[in-house]
Amino acid sequence: MFGSALIVFRETLEAALLIGIIAAATRGLSRRTLWLAVGIGAGLAGSLVVAGLTETIAQMAEGTGQELFNATVLGVAVLMLGWHNIWMATHGREMAAHARSVGNAVKSGEREMSALAILIALAVLREGSETALFLYGIAAGDGTASGVSMLSGGLLGLLAGIVAGWVLYAGLTRIPLRHFFTVTSGLILFLAAGLAGQMARLLIQSDLIRPLASPLWDSSPLLPMDSALGNLLHLLAGYEARPSGMQVLFYGLTFLVILLGMRFSRARTLQPN
Amino acid sequence: MKRFALALLLLPAIGMAAAPLELGLTIKDHQFSPAELKVPAGRKVRLVVSNLDSTPEEFESHQLNREKVIAGNAKSAIYLGPLTPGRYAFIGEFHENTARGVIVVE
Repeated sequence: MFGSALIVFRETLEAALLIGIIAAATRGLSRRTLWLAVGIGAGLAGSLVVAGLTETIAQMAEGTGQELFNATVLGVAVLMLGWHNIWMATHGREMAAHARSVGNAVKSGEREMSALAILIALAVLREGSETALFLYGIAAGDGTASGVSMLSGGLLGLLAGIVAGWVLYAGLTRIPLRHFFTVTSGLILFLAAGLAGQMARLLIQSDLIRPLASPLWDSSPLLPMDSALGNLLHLLAGYEARPSGMQVLFYGLTFLVILLGMRFSRARTLQPN
Repeated sequence: MKRFALALLLLPAIGMAAAPLELGLTIKDHQFSPAELKVPAGRKVRLVVSNLDSTPEEFESHQLNREKVIAGNAKSAIYLGPLTPGRYAFIGEFHENTARGVIVVE
């Protein structure tokens, strides 16, 4: 039971943390909760479809269809996170100044939220389909008392993941408004770069791009991936103990492009008209 | 111009390399077989994992920096390396107690 709880917890955590951060970062946007719910709902429905199609997807592209699918999902997620941050670099300050969105900001806020709903749907879809597969495997497997115990363990893990996402959300919303956008934008910046790194790993794993130096470094004796801190840093900031050169390149470029986009967009709004 | 130079720089990193060494790995009763795979150093490997169980399994190795779900009764490919000599442990995350193996690179 504990084992299955842990597995589901790990799968759920990434999506839950992302939702926690996005929910906090979009405080004050119009109809935010509705959009978040739409994203989560669509993601859950999509997970079941993807879980059902796993075998079909896996057989595509000579057995690497799963990587291509996940890399595409990650690529879209990175674009949306980047765009969100660049958008927030101008509107976040506006909203903080007026305490709530007014006039044009409502319209563009609505557009922003619909894009973020897609992002959340993708995050839930990716982790949810693996969780659904795992739970389905248990349910279809033994079906005995141990199956029931593992299934309840899975639900416990799911619950724990949701709680972790909520704790992060609650913690973030306690940050004073003055620092709030800096903190959430920073978190999203690292998150996006980390997802870009994961995308590179999938493309390497399917032999579409070269790993370059592999590994570029090995920090697993210092901070192993299976330690709690290593795992948390992996989920939040894309930490890898043994990354390939290409992963680091994807990470660095994504980080830089989004950061420059934020700077540029902020500088433009600060210029007098 | 800078962008163009960067694209050129990345060009050799895309695709095309010597044919990888193909190795098979089977999952049955939540166990890997063979549990130990020998691989020459510096060679790219295409690991074809066949899951003969009806339940899904997740091939995972922090040392190899790889992670992939293999559906029940399905077959899937994972590219590895080129690797430096050493022992690289891998597990089946969904059945961690029994599904364990190691890739020995020499």
